[in-house]
Amino acid sequence: MTQPGTYTGAQLIWESLIREGVDTVFGYPGGAILPTYDAMTEYTIRHVLVRHEQSAAHMADGYARASGRVGVVVATSGPGATNLVTGLATAMLDSTPLVAITGQVGSALLGTDAFQEVDITGITIPVTKHNYLVTRAEDIVPAIREAFAVARSGRPGPVLVDITKDAQQSRATLDWEAAVPQRHLRHLPAPLDPSVLAQALDLIRQAKRPIILAGHGIQLSGARAEVLALAERADIPLALTLLGLGAVPATHPLSLGMMGMHGEAWVNRAIQEADLLLAFGMRFDDRVTGKLKEYAPHAKKIHIDIDASELNKNVPVDVAIVADLGDVLRALLPEVPVADRSSWLGTIREWRGDSAVRDIKNLPDDGHLYAAHVMHDLWRLTKGEAVVVTDVGQHQMWEAQYYKHDGERSLITSGGAGTMGFALPAAIGAKIARPEAEVWVVAGDGGFQMTFAELMTAVQEGVKVNIAVINNGYLGMVRQWQALFYEGRYAATPILSPDFVKLADAFGIHGQRVETRGDVAAAVVQARAAGGTALIEFKVEQEDSVYPMVPAGAALHEMIRRPSALAETGSDPV
Amino acid sequence: MPHVLVVYTDDEPGVLTRVASLFRRRSFNIHSLTVGPTERVGLSRMTIVVDSDAPRVRQAVEHLRKLVNVLEVQQLGERPMVVRDLVLVRVATAPEVRSEVLQLAQVFRAAVVDIAEDSLVIECTGSLAKIDALVDSMRPFGILELGRTGAVAMARGTRTPSPSRPAVPLRTGAGPEAMSV
Ligand SMILES: Cc1ncc(C[n+]2csc(CCOP(=O)(O)OP(=O)(O)O)c2C)c(N)n1
Ligand SMILES: [Mg+2]
Repeated sequence: MTQPGTYTGAQLIWESLIREGVDTVFGYPGGAILPTYDAMTEYTIRHVLVRHEQSAAHMADGYARASGRVGVVVATSGPGATNLVTGLATAMLDSTPLVAITGQVGSALLGTDAFQEVDITGITIPVTKHNYLVTRAEDIVPAIREAFAVARSGRPGPVLVDITKDAQQSRATLDWEAAVPQRHLRHLPAPLDPSVLAQALDLIRQAKRPIILAGHGIQLSGARAEVLALAERADIPLALTLLGLGAVPATHPLSLGMMGMHGEAWVNRAIQEADLLLAFGMRFDDRVTGKLKEYAPHAKKIHIDIDASELNKNVPVDVAIVADLGDVLRALLPEVPVADRSSWLGTIREWRGDSAVRDIKNLPDDGHLYAAHVMHDLWRLTKGEAVVVTDVGQHQMWEAQYYKHDGERSLITSGGAGTMGFALPAAIGAKIARPEAEVWVVAGDGGFQMTFAELMTAVQEGVKVNIAVINNGYLGMVRQWQALFYEGRYAATPILSPDFVKLADAFGIHGQRVETRGDVAAAVVQARAAGGTALIEFKVEQEDSVYPMVPAGAALHEMIRRPSALAETGSDPV
Repeated sequence: MPHVLVVYTDDEPGVLTRVASLFRRRSFNIHSLTVGPTERVGLSRMTIVVDSDAPRVRQAVEHLRKLVNVLEVQQLGERPMVVRDLVLVRVATAPEVRSEVLQLAQVFRAAVVDIAEDSLVIECTGSLAKIDALVDSMRPFGILELGRTGAVAMARGTRTPSPSRPAVPLRTGAGPEAMSV
């Protein structure tokens, strides 16, 4: 009994998604979302069938991070919805815009512990920007429209829309214009205050040893050009957070590299000795500050972020500006005095030279394969142009240290949550968002085993990603902490892996094993040339550790440096 | 130190949970939280009294401001305010003390709202300190039951108009004027 001009709730979901510009959704069906899946067949939208809903959220996350668009997830009620939670938390902590649509039991059954009923809106309050429980078809369009607006606006993040089965099945009219979202506008930042901008300019003028702390907000704001313009005009070096890598080119002469726990010693030292920090779209996470009491003790601080709750949270600042970074920098730029800070830059360069001899990639080949070698070679062979999606652990830090990211959105990694299992699904999402890009997964043997079922998703979807599994036989990052802080008791960190080459074979993809440095290049070339997804297992030094390192709770300059044995055998910097 | 926050929110299911969850997550102890309707349909007003230090309260305020359902947050205490609490207290009144209890109630301008053979229910509205004093004065007679609403607060003087923010209840799709504060 179709009435003209009306749609089922299920159709309204797809009508809304298409109007929001969605071309791909990542999902997994089930009873409570079945009406929506049934209606999907009427629409031209790509559905990627995952092997676990957590991966659907990571794929949507990778899709969003690679493209800047909103990632969309669809899952059923109960376990389908709860499986999304880790993915939502990951997106929340790294400010990824996602919309998750979950089916829910019929509205008459809510609160009865009906089959597959879980209070997913209750569960996800702390890991979403907002969520909705929709029980009527006529509320679907306003909820989805607002969900997209909320996900995109301000500091982006995930939003969940839980829709009861009867809402999907009943009918309503589609009035797109009447559903124009408003509430996300409640919290837009106030207009820029000229007196605060003047204070910032004063600090910049007076600074002798300034440094820009470049964070993820630069990419979210699209402010790369403005940041570089300011840095170049005022001759200020840039230190990057993990999620800031790629925000400005690593090979830019003013770029120092990554700061923080596994940042290079010269970068952290520059921060500790600076007299002005310009924090751009970063949040002074404990991984980048070390001990707060001793953090950048000589520096005045300017902090610009779209999220007011981040200002003065961990580090008290002298000038706090709540605004879109690009807007602030465009207002500041004409007033920023041209400066020459060559003596400050020269000092940092000296510190840097002191570290280069300790750098493993500069060491002669001793027959062992180090993950750092693999990252360095991968960078060379892909000319630094790949989108690299990393998992969590030592390999993640080595990638950050040795793969020089020049392009925006060229590193995708779970920073805030540190979610193992993220890389493969996020890479599939990234490749779908940017099919022209060369996408590499860099994962550990541990994390890869958490979500490798998604290899089959890549095959089913005809998606080519190249995978480097860094196999050290350990949950390496945890083992490193055990070695350093738990007297070497390796409790539950040795981990066995399947034969990855056979595994690749079982999935019908190209697989290869590399055990020496000399074989790295050929394997990378072959993987790139393979028609579809390709996997290389790198059997690396088992008990290698990531250096330098600021031990948890230590001040930023109190780093454990690379072992001096390595330093002494060091050859000339490359 | 207790801080008094006034929070305007959508009148929608789940809003209280979102607000409470924000404090719970930071292990704030909520001293009191009252919520009720306002002069506008669809708009609720909460008065929240929390015990914490100023920076942490400021943080919580910024997080409240990020909730989609929150229209405005005022941190009272920076300016003069009226804070009122209402108490119902059932006091044991043996015949020989009944008149004394009644006299005390009068001193506090409290009303007797129920009389039983062996007890009275007294209702009183006032500042938190006044209610505390009333309760203390009744304690020697034996308090059988006590309920307080928690504080409702309002700034004194002219209402400083909040940055007028559009607010549309999801259900009605009405224009921004409908509810802006
Ligand atoms: C889901 C999840 N569980 C546990 C951890 C804690 N953790 C951080 S790094 C790490 C080890 C990762 O091992 P592997 O994937 O082999 O990478 P490696 O450090 O060896 O390079 C673990 C267990 C985590 N980050 N995420
Ligand atoms: Mg490992």
